[in-house]
Formats: sequence, structure tokens, C-alpha cells
Amino acid sequence: MASKTETATARPTIPTAIDQPFVTLSKEEIQRYSRHLIMPEVGMDGQLKLKAAKVLCIGTGGLGAPLGQYLAAAGVGRIGLVDFDKVDLTNLQRQILFSTKDVGRPKIEAAAERLRGLNPDIQIDTFETMLTSANALDILKDYDLIVDGTDNFATRYLVNDACVLLGKPNVYGSIFRFEGQASVFGYPGGPCYRCLYPEPPPPGLVPSCAEGGVLGVLPGIVGSIQAAETLKLIIGKGEPLVGRLLLFDALSMRFRELRLRKNPECPVCGAHPTVTKLIDYAEFCGVRGEEAPTPVSTVPEITPRELKVRLDRGDDMFILDVREPHEYQICNIGGYLIPLGDLSRRVSELDSSREIVAHCRSGKRSAEASEFLRQAGFRKVLNLKGGILAWSDEVDPSVPKY
Amino acid sequence: MAVKVIIPTPLRAYAGKQASVELQAATVAEALAALTTKFGDLKKHLYSDDGRLRSFVNVYVNDEDIRYLQKDQTRLNEGDTVSIVPSIAGGARN
Repeated sequence: MASKTETATARPTIPTAIDQPFVTLSKEEIQRYSRHLIMPEVGMDGQLKLKAAKVLCIGTGGLGAPLGQYLAAAGVGRIGLVDFDKVDLTNLQRQILFSTKDVGRPKIEAAAERLRGLNPDIQIDTFETMLTSANALDILKDYDLIVDGTDNFATRYLVNDACVLLGKPNVYGSIFRFEGQASVFGYPGGPCYRCLYPEPPPPGLVPSCAEGGVLGVLPGIVGSIQAAETLKLIIGKGEPLVGRLLLFDALSMRFRELRLRKNPECPVCGAHPTVTKLIDYAEFCGVRGEEAPTPVSTVPEITPRELKVRLDRGDDMFILDVREPHEYQICNIGGYLIPLGDLSRRVSELDSSREIVAHCRSGKRSAEASEFLRQAGFRKVLNLKGGILAWSDEVDPSVPKY
Repeated sequence: MAVKVIIPTPLRAYAGKQASVELQAATVAEALAALTTKFGDLKKHLYSDDGRLRSFVNVYVNDEDIRYLQKDQTRLNEGDTVSIVPSIAGGARN
């Protein structure tokens, strides 16, 4: 049922920015932004719009790093940063806003310091908090544009719904391994995130960066695209990604584009919205409370300590490693490797008369493997609780964690 | 009709690690059926238990969402590209 009215064709502008009467540029600012000013597409007009603009960046990690830096460099007058996390060593592979000395520090502090160093003339607001249904509307309301650089579905839906309710564009970017997506949601007449994905995947069905990995530079590319879209929307030039889903594959170095339509029946931005206020997004996405959900498994578990005791005792235990070959190369405990994806085809290699202990990195994949084996008739299967990470913590610290 | 089905990164592990697959199909439904016949593990990632396409997975023929065409009855032409586009969010362990 194709709708004829949903594609946004109007020139993009952020109304509040162009109405700002009292913004001027100092002599120093004119020098700083000279490369903008000498381009007719930006000029004084565009630069003043940038200075008057207020952009909220949610997340200062992989996507937030290039985003924050390019918005600050461009002279966006007021940038809000939202992040409650602390810098971790594993972040530095891609979150280039931070230095090694920042490990352990709140990201928001390190980010603000870096951005203020880049451009001391702009205003940086910091919100060291998790965005929730209780605070989102309040935090978002003072900004013209929201850029979503978050790392989980619950927050994406929260940001989307809040943007639609407040009538603010939401510059979207997301990544996975070598692939990225970008679009502009919540633009008047354009689709929102829920028009594209009405419901989130159940937890555990789509791996995260921690489980799937990510090429470090990928969020750099996608975050830069988000920055470009943000700047274009502010200065009102070019064609924004409204109604367009940009797909990027770094491995093949190809960009593709799909058409996004505003869903007339969208529960948030449609003609008859059923979502008129923010909901419990953790519940919506199936994540209960603060803890990561453990997969529902009826398979008995064994802790690394218990396994070590039994091995030392001489018990005949068959260790099944269901990780990938490249993980085995990082570290292993001598298990027999059958990657989870191959298990159904290679199950005949296993002896069901032996006691099998399945393990993976953190215990999730091996729980799936154990469940599969149980259903295939294996009676003596145990899942190693916490995986090789827990083995490193509890039994053998020489095993590297990754 | 010979069509190309593009497999998104999160699902490549269940499709023999391939980024795209060439298939013969007259409709989107046929293409997805051929795909899940070829790669059985893909089925649960694309379809829920009641046999419907999962709501966080979108399917496009060339650049159009099938929800705005004839859904899985959308007819395919020679050389069409069928894209499977799931939602991704990167980042956090969840």
C-alpha cells in the first residue's frame, strides 16, 4: 500500500536556528571558520546557523567520537553530550576521542575536555546519566537536533519516540562488524525508526559488538556520515537522508541505498499513534532490570572451579569448545573445537556416553550448544558457567581475556 | 527469474558465510523459501514460530520495502536484488 505523501521534498532547515537574531561571528571565529565561509554553500549565513544550532549527541563512543569532533570543529554553537559510561581499554580500538590515560575516567569528562580543546568558543553541555523514559524529554527538549550514537536497541527506541513526541529530527547511525546504516528519522513528513523497525529483536538474537566484534574504523565512517547529515540539516543545504536508508559495507567498500517510507500506521508517528508517551523500553526490548538476561536454559551448569576439581581428580570429561577458530587461536583450554554454527552437522563426532562440558567465551553460545545436545539426546552435557572468561578469573589467570 | 539475495552481516554465519546468494525465484516468498531451504539455520532468524517474517527484519526488492509492494507476493524480475535488512545497534552486551 504505497503512500504518495511520505517522501520529504522540502529543503531541510532547522527552524529555530534560522530564527536566531543575535548570533555574530568574532574576528577570530571568522578566521577559524574561513574554509567554511569561502564556500557559497556555507558562507556567513551557514556559519551563523551553525553557531546558533543546538545539537545533542547521545553516546560518546564509537559513533560519538567522530561526530562530536566534527560538530565541534564546524562551530556548532551548543553541543550536548550524554554518556554514563567510563572509558575501558577495549574502547580504544575505535573510540578515538579518548587517550590511554583516560581509561577509568567518565567518558563525558574526557569527551568534553577534548572537544573544548578543539573549539573553546562553543558551549558543551554534559549529561553523565543514562537516558531513560523519566529524563529523556527533559534532556532533549532544549536541542534542535538529536544524533543517536547509542549502542543498544532500548535506547534507540527511546530516542526515536522522544524525538517524534518532541518534533525533533533524529540523525541515526548504527554499525555491526563491517556494516553500517545511516538515516535521518523524525524529520517533518519523513519516517521514524519505528516505521522501519516496529519492534526490536528479542535479546540474544542479534549479537552486539562485544560478541560480534567491529572494525574499529567503521563507526568512524558512519559517525562522520552522521556529522555530515547534521551539518547539512543545520545549514539547509544538500539532500539529507530523510526517507533514505544508507547501507555501507566496508569490506566491499560499497554504499547502497534503500527507500524508507513513512508508515501511515506507525504507532508513534503515524496518523493514529498509539504511543503518545515514553514507555518502558527495557521491557519493550525484553531486557529486564540492569542485568544482562541469561539465556533460558534447562541444561545443568558447572563452574570453572568445579570443573578444575573434577579434572584434577582424573574424571573423564570431554571439553567441547563451541567458539570460532580465530577465537581458539587467541586462547583455549585444550577443548575439542566445533563452532556453534557447525554443531548440528558435526554432532556425530561427539560420544554421548561421555560427560561433555561445553564452553565458549562467556557461556551464552555454549548454553545454546548444550541445549541443542540435550534435545539431540545427549544425557551428560554440562554448560561451563561464564565460559573461558570465568576460567581465566577463577582457575587460570594466564589465560588471556578478550 | 535469476535474482541475487543479499545476506546482511549478522546472518552470514547462518548462510555459509556468504554475502550474497544467487537464486531462482518468481516472488519474494519463493526466494526466501529457497534461501531457507538452502540454509536451514537461517529460518529461525528470519521467521518467528508462527511462520511470519520477523518484524525486525525488512526485505527489499531493489530499493523498495516489500511492505509497500505486494509483501512476500511481490513478483521478481530478472536480475532483481532482494535485500534482507535487519536492525542493528552495535555496541553493548545485552
